[in-house]
Amino acid sequence: MTEPSPTGSGVLQVPHLRRRRIVNKSMEALALLTALIAVGVLVLVVFSVARRSWSALNLDLLTKTPIPFSLTNEPTGLANAFVGSIVIVGLATLMALPVGILIAIYLNEFAPPKINASVSLVLDVLNGIPAIVIGIFVYGLVVVGHGQSGYAGAFALACLMLPLVARSTQEILVLVPNSTREASLALGVPRWRTTLSIVLPQTIGGIVTGTTLAVARVAGETAPLLFTSSIVGTSINFNPAHALQTIPVAIFEYSESPDPKDHAQAWAASLVLLIFILVANLGARALAARSKRRMGLG
Amino acid sequence: MASEQAAVEPRRPLSGRRLNTGDLILLVTAASAAVAVVALVALIVYKVVEGAKLSFQTFGISFVWTVAWDPVKEVFGAGSFLFGTVLTSLLALALATPLSIGIALYLTELAPRYLRGPITSLVETLAAIPSVVLGLWGIIVLGPFLSQHVEPWLHDTLGFIPLFGPPSTAGASVFTATIILTIMMLPIIASITRELFLGVPRDLKEGSLALGSTRWEMVRGVVFPYARGGIAAAMILGLGRGLGEAIAVTQVIGGGVFISWNLFSTGDTLASKIAASYQGATTNVEVASLFYLAVILLVFSLVANIAAQWIVRTVNRKQGGAAT
Repeated sequence: MTEPSPTGSGVLQVPHLRRRRIVNKSMEALALLTALIAVGVLVLVVFSVARRSWSALNLDLLTKTPIPFSLTNEPTGLANAFVGSIVIVGLATLMALPVGILIAIYLNEFAPPKINASVSLVLDVLNGIPAIVIGIFVYGLVVVGHGQSGYAGAFALACLMLPLVARSTQEILVLVPNSTREASLALGVPRWRTTLSIVLPQTIGGIVTGTTLAVARVAGETAPLLFTSSIVGTSINFNPAHALQTIPVAIFEYSESPDPKDHAQAWAASLVLLIFILVANLGARALAARSKRRMGLG
Repeated sequence: MASEQAAVEPRRPLSGRRLNTGDLILLVTAASAAVAVVALVALIVYKVVEGAKLSFQTFGISFVWTVAWDPVKEVFGAGSFLFGTVLTSLLALALATPLSIGIALYLTELAPRYLRGPITSLVETLAAIPSVVLGLWGIIVLGPFLSQHVEPWLHDTLGFIPLFGPPSTAGASVFTATIILTIMMLPIIASITRELFLGVPRDLKEGSLALGSTRWEMVRGVVFPYARGGIAAAMILGLGRGLGEAIAVTQVIGGGVFISWNLFSTGDTLASKIAASYQGATTNVEVASLFYLAVILLVFSLVANIAAQWIVRTVNRKQGGAAT
């Protein structure tokens, strides 16, 4: 509460120093607490899933199919959902990957800055559209006329993947040094060959990273599939012309079931899904670090 | 993010040169992909609006605030869902923002260097958990915990506020949904905020410290003002995530067509109502009304996105692009 005044020792006395230090320390403690909360929630969720899935986590989950209204203790599983998820996500990747890369090539190698900015904005808008709206859009576009199918589900997921793939490819294309392009062009290589065989190969690492993250993201999506591929049988089906069961939809349905055995299977399927997503994320991160080092940017 | 894209010089090493046939083929193919994505977004808007036409003709604009969802009498309205959406998302945002800023501060200013990478990855991993798994956890683990331990305590101590009414019985409540949405917004806002804080010029921070301010005073005086616009944009993006989340909210919110300020009662949001009706909608009017809900959601997401972009652009211009 005193004015700053030189003391005998020559040290400047600062007002409210004690209070300011206390405020500072408490703010630091709060920041630490928030970080602990975030990490704690993650640990808690993963731990819950792991602990509760124990009873249903066995090979039957991957090899057997569900038996509806079963009163016996015959082993059941979600083989049909695993197959369906792989088929639908694979198809979605086949749809989104080439288009996404082409968009990025156009924006980065050809488009004038204004068009680049506006199409990038459209990609961000598409990325921001809620997954459930994408689901109901595909319902209106495809399902109303042709019924549910794996194709419809894959198309819905592809809509979610497209901006992710395009954006990540764009980000990696920007990193390719212009001198590489100029060197190739100076040697008389046409522009399309420069793009496809000089520029693009350098970005493979980045594209794989972006695609892996996009696959991990849509593999867990339920909302777009509810209206497009959810009315399904219990047998294993590889044909995307029919509606296919998927892991996220199975978890969603089982989580609302009153049967505790279904809950156990939902937890087990969640664990498999989580492990897949975490491994894909870590792999993508490691790959990104490696390809950045290779491009001399690490 | 978009801001980074905008800041990078576009690469056009050959503008103005003549294109040969191969170039033209690549250009046309690539350009048509870009046209296709623009057309896709237009088609999404068109199809969703078209699907809602019947409902729009029947109920008009008053659908938006009418509280009703009666498939038998065929009366539908979005009022209670709109209320639920706004209530859960805004509350979750109010919880997630300070938490995210704290995390970002810890990661940029406080954490020892060897912890920064791992904790950043962990926070980002939180964003990778599928919403259906978070919803499963919410309904079986979090919901019962909240209704047995947290909600009675909040009701006893803060019961005079209408938000904290009688606790829920089974754990499915607006409150549980809010907590789940908070967990979903957290990694989005935290990772953007962290990048903003990393972009604060070092000399400004050191200047503040050299003048004798404590670390918190430096953060308040230098870091916050510098990152303010970006944090607003991050909040809007987080809000967009919360408004549109369907699955996890459906699993934990319990459903119901009424407006209640009690957080511990059940409810519904626009997105959760659509998700919950995926097998139930039978009549044309009900399906069209679901599309109508989707139209409202679409408007929300478009406005949120464009607002966030606009803020980022304005901030960049003000700071001369220094923020990225």
